[in-house]
Amino acid sequence: MNIADNQELSSHLRTHFGEGIIVHGEYVEITIGKFERVAKYLKESLGYEFLSMITAIDYIDYFELVYRIEAFQNKATVQLKLKCEKVKPVVPSLSHLWYGARLQEREVYDLFGIEFSNHPNLKRIVLWEGFQGYPLRKDFKVKSYDAGN
Amino acid sequence: MTLATEQFILNIGPLHPSTHGVFRMRVTMDGETIQDVEPVFGYLHRGLEKLCESHTYKQNIPITDRLDYVSAINNNWPYVMAVEKLAEIQVPLRAEYLRVIMGELQRIASHLLAVGSLMNDMGVFYTAFMYMFREREKIIDLLEMVTGQRLLYNYMRFGGVSMDFPAEFIPALKRFLNIMPSYLDEYDSMMADNEILLSRTKGIGILTPEMAVNSSASGPLLRGSGVKWDLRKDAPYSVYDRFDFDIPTGNNGDCYDRYRVRMEEMRQSIRIINQAIEQLPSGKEKVMVPLRIRPPKGETYSQIEAPRGILGCYIVSDGSTKPYRCHFRAPAFINLTLLQELLIGQKLADAIIIFGSIDLSMGEVDR
Repeated sequence: MNIADNQELSSHLRTHFGEGIIVHGEYVEITIGKFERVAKYLKESLGYEFLSMITAIDYIDYFELVYRIEAFQNKATVQLKLKCEKVKPVVPSLSHLWYGARLQEREVYDLFGIEFSNHPNLKRIVLWEGFQGYPLRKDFKVKSYDAGN
Repeated sequence: MTLATEQFILNIGPLHPSTHGVFRMRVTMDGETIQDVEPVFGYLHRGLEKLCESHTYKQNIPITDRLDYVSAINNNWPYVMAVEKLAEIQVPLRAEYLRVIMGELQRIASHLLAVGSLMNDMGVFYTAFMYMFREREKIIDLLEMVTGQRLLYNYMRFGGVSMDFPAEFIPALKRFLNIMPSYLDEYDSMMADNEILLSRTKGIGILTPEMAVNSSASGPLLRGSGVKWDLRKDAPYSVYDRFDFDIPTGNNGDCYDRYRVRMEEMRQSIRIINQAIEQLPSGKEKVMVPLRIRPPKGETYSQIEAPRGILGCYIVSDGSTKPYRCHFRAPAFINLTLLQELLIGQKLADAIIIFGSIDLSMGEVDR
């Protein structure tokens, strides 16, 4: 089916999932409890088949995850946002829906310390096991350039 | 008599010549058949995304060159596009054409390396490779003529490119474009029905279109499986909607199709450059932007079709002179997800070729 913009998509999603779907411009924010079901619905019923990108951002009060999912047929794109808390962040893994989520979720885990529940192989990926801290968090300081700047 | 057999663990890398960089595979084997693969990487992890947060927007341009060092010009592109979108900088039309010409030249250079090293992996040591490098050298000479560099060009700027073409560039480029198709024919006559290439790549490492889409693959890996998805056509950026070109795809999704797609893409790139030279408008090559640019608060994502697939850049600005967060959607890294899927059940000798046909660049995988 054809969905013109985020407003239409979110009102469509609200009829299926109730509240907890908020539009911020180009992004659609989904609450953590409904995220997995919404993603499954987008993939299986609305034809959003290509999970292009997963990344995270460290804000002062919360972590934010950004998912970019594309539908090849309609040339449509949806960008989902997911907020999670700073202390013990755990979000649902999408790797059972998209094989392509596996390494990207491991990367987010490695660099941000955000855990993905039900991920088949959640390990460090570019850093080694035993590395202390999560480098892309804002509180991770690197001596060499924080001293000069 | 029954023989007692047991699994065998083989370590490939981190500096195996077939790994195209510093990459390690821990392979569990039953005889010659691969039962499990564990990719180990990160040897080249330089923390580029963290580094971007401590440099000003302009200082980050040469950092993006270091992502995928065999297609440096294409790496600048999504980053400058994202910042231009955030800061609302208009790019002059001529600059867009200069970007397309340089980007497509870089794509040919990158594919030449991919195809050449694929033959290397098959045991045709350095014969095809030397032919490919003969032409790659010509491209690098052209890029050097414009930028003064031979590997990492630092070519793009916000609102344009660093330098316009010198007077002798267009004639030299035309000479190259006239002769390049005959070189491609020469490669085809050497390789297209070469016994070694056919028997080692046909039907090897088959990737179904469903799996390719499901695993977020992009670039020749996705198109080799028959999925016609190229951002230059499907979500045109820059001036790509002004050119007439085809998107080559494969039928079987095997290593041979991926090799064919790369060969055809080089011909299409030549077509694009030829049209771009004809249409090349006059004008400025860049607009003036402040040295310390401060994009307004917000976030944006932009993407291009790099030689290895969809290269994206996601930037969050907090209104200061440095990006708050800068993430690169690295195609080589995401294509690597498929490694396990492609290798399990294959023979060890084929594993090297399948790995080569994905065409990784470790700088991009590790960042």
